[in-house]
Amino acid sequence: MGNRKKINMKQHTLQSVATAFALGSILMIGACHKKAAPPPPPPPPPPPAPTASISVSPDTIQQGQSATLSWQTSNATDVSIDGVGAVQPSGSQQVTPNDSTTYHLTAKGTGGTQDATTRLTVTPPPAAAAPPPPSPSEEDLFGQSVKDIYFEYDKSDIRSDQQAAIQADAQFLNQHTEINFTVEGHCDSRGSTEYNLALGDQRASSVKSALVAAGVSSNRVKTISYGKEKPFCMEETESCWQQNRRGHLVYQK
Amino acid sequence: MSFAVCFNFLKRMYVNRKPTPVSAALALHLASVCLLPLFSTLFLSTVSALAQDWVRTGSGLGVERVRLAVPDFKPANADPLNTALLKTFNDTFWNDLDNSGVVDLVSKSFYPLQAPGNPTEVTFGVWNSPPPNAAMLAFGNLAVTGGKVVAQGWLYDVKNTASPSVLGKQYADLPTEDSARIMAHKFADEIILRLGGGIPGIAESKIFFVSDRSGHKEIWMMDYDGSNQRQLTHQGSISLSPRISPDGARLAFSSLTKSGWDILMYSTELNRLVSFPHFGGTNLSPSWSPDGARLAFSSSRGGHSAIFVCDSSGGNLHPMTTGRGPDVSPAWNRKTGAQIAFVSGSIGLPQVYTMEADGTNQQRMTDQGYAVSPNWSPNGQFLTLAWIRKYGPGEPGSSDIYLMDIASKQWVQLTHDGGRNDFPSWSPDGRHIVFQSSRSGKEEIWEMLADGTKLHQLTFTGRNSQPNWSWK
Repeated sequence: MGNRKKINMKQHTLQSVATAFALGSILMIGACHKKAAPPPPPPPPPPPAPTASISVSPDTIQQGQSATLSWQTSNATDVSIDGVGAVQPSGSQQVTPNDSTTYHLTAKGTGGTQDATTRLTVTPPPAAAAPPPPSPSEEDLFGQSVKDIYFEYDKSDIRSDQQAAIQADAQFLNQHTEINFTVEGHCDSRGSTEYNLALGDQRASSVKSALVAAGVSSNRVKTISYGKEKPFCMEETESCWQQNRRGHLVYQK
Repeated sequence: MSFAVCFNFLKRMYVNRKPTPVSAALALHLASVCLLPLFSTLFLSTVSALAQDWVRTGSGLGVERVRLAVPDFKPANADPLNTALLKTFNDTFWNDLDNSGVVDLVSKSFYPLQAPGNPTEVTFGVWNSPPPNAAMLAFGNLAVTGGKVVAQGWLYDVKNTASPSVLGKQYADLPTEDSARIMAHKFADEIILRLGGGIPGIAESKIFFVSDRSGHKEIWMMDYDGSNQRQLTHQGSISLSPRISPDGARLAFSSLTKSGWDILMYSTELNRLVSFPHFGGTNLSPSWSPDGARLAFSSSRGGHSAIFVCDSSGGNLHPMTTGRGPDVSPAWNRKTGAQIAFVSGSIGLPQVYTMEADGTNQQRMTDQGYAVSPNWSPNGQFLTLAWIRKYGPGEPGSSDIYLMDIASKQWVQLTHDGGRNDFPSWSPDGRHIVFQSSRSGKEEIWEMLADGTKLHQLTFTGRNSQPNWSWK
């Protein structure tokens, strides 16, 4: 261990001597060159260089919308925008790209060429609006257009104030002849189970007959009675009972 | 004259029992409970004062019921199973006799401490004189022995000490609660047969009904006393109007199927549906003829709801009514099979009509209100029905169970306790009526004697409706 330390110290001394010699040599050479070279002639004044800028507003649009591209140049004789072509040295223009676009303006003049770029980002339209809006289905139209028919207590004939609903239903159904449907006969909670099922059957038949009389083909119509088995409303009030005394028209898939 | 009419009314009701001579006191009693509602037009001045009186056509009116003492059956050995089986037997036996309507059970508080378990233990003097003062004594013993439960029962006429034995029976079966219950039913029926004018008891009869406790309205059945309730159908839609055939083998009902309301047929022997024709239209409320050969029901297959009749196989279908209004709920005369009662809304609110079984001679039976659900008494002389007599705006009349004499159209009201009461069905012995009532807050099945007494509830779980009593 003591031997190796002595050897390292001897090597360090040798390196220091060599470095001092090298530095001295470099300094002597430099002093000699400066004294020998003459000064260069001044350069001629350069022609003015063109300037250019370009911007787009807004810088983000949805597909189908347009944006305004504006640019300014000076000292340029030849101005063009990639994808647009030669343009006036300064100006603006509406653009309606389908995709995001980088507009690259090149202004050339005697003083040189100047580039400028701007980028317009085009976003896809919202998903819902992407396809053209679908037309409502027959079932939707049926649900929106067809009205239920309401009955008097213990009656199955069509009330005079329900004739308008019958006519409106018939008109819709005659315009949509491919729709098949079911008329459900319902009764309020009063009275007896069996009698109400028979009464509900008569109500469904009444609605069917009235629609057939108004031109609806009878083989499009099924009838079913629910009596008081499937009420729309569960309270024991006249308004609730009225809700339950109805011919309910149901789209048949 | 009016007394005589009323008395005849009662006499027809309990035709198998001989009324005793009418004493002056009894006549007054009859007048107060029977005459006023039946002949209110003749007694207008008194009606206003007494119109609220409840009607009692009572099976106890005109005859005295037998005083029967029923001490608990005793264990015949020390088997540990005896206690539970004896409790089931004694409770069932007492309940059967108490509900029978043919005996007066002597209160147990009057019984001597030592009850007999067999004939040698009977001490006549303590039973046939006050406080029990019984005319009859039913007693016996029960024990599990040799892997079976054995019950021995006797009926003694304790006033006739020389020859007291009226009846002695022995039953043996597997030692289960069901066996104990069935033995009690059988022995009770034997006693009722002898003390009730020769009419068989009903303790082994069944009641079919609609229950929603599975989540759908399905057909269920139970013993006549409400025990042993079990589900029969699993249609998963809406099943209604169960009607058991006279022989008990088939159950007709109406059910909502894929094609609409159909009459379906369930075999109680095969425990499954058996085939029955699909008629088309809305088919409701089947009813069996008493010979089991034909079915009447309501069908709109012809366009409007009308009463149709077909063979029990579904063949030979033909209409009975013209179907001007909803015609529904036919009920065959259970005695003769010659007439059918039904409900029609042809003139407005539903009314009960009768017609000959060939559709002729239609007679309107109810004069006002909302009358539905007719059911014929086993003797063919009475209808029970659900009736809202006062009906219309400002008259929220309740739906109650009524009894009507076919020949005279005289009626009496049997229920008074509120709620909607509907679908009465007569027991095979004619002494009881089962019906649905909402008096407890929801639709449940209740039973009463045909005079409106002994009212008690049979179902408590879910909503239960449209009970139909077996024919035997």
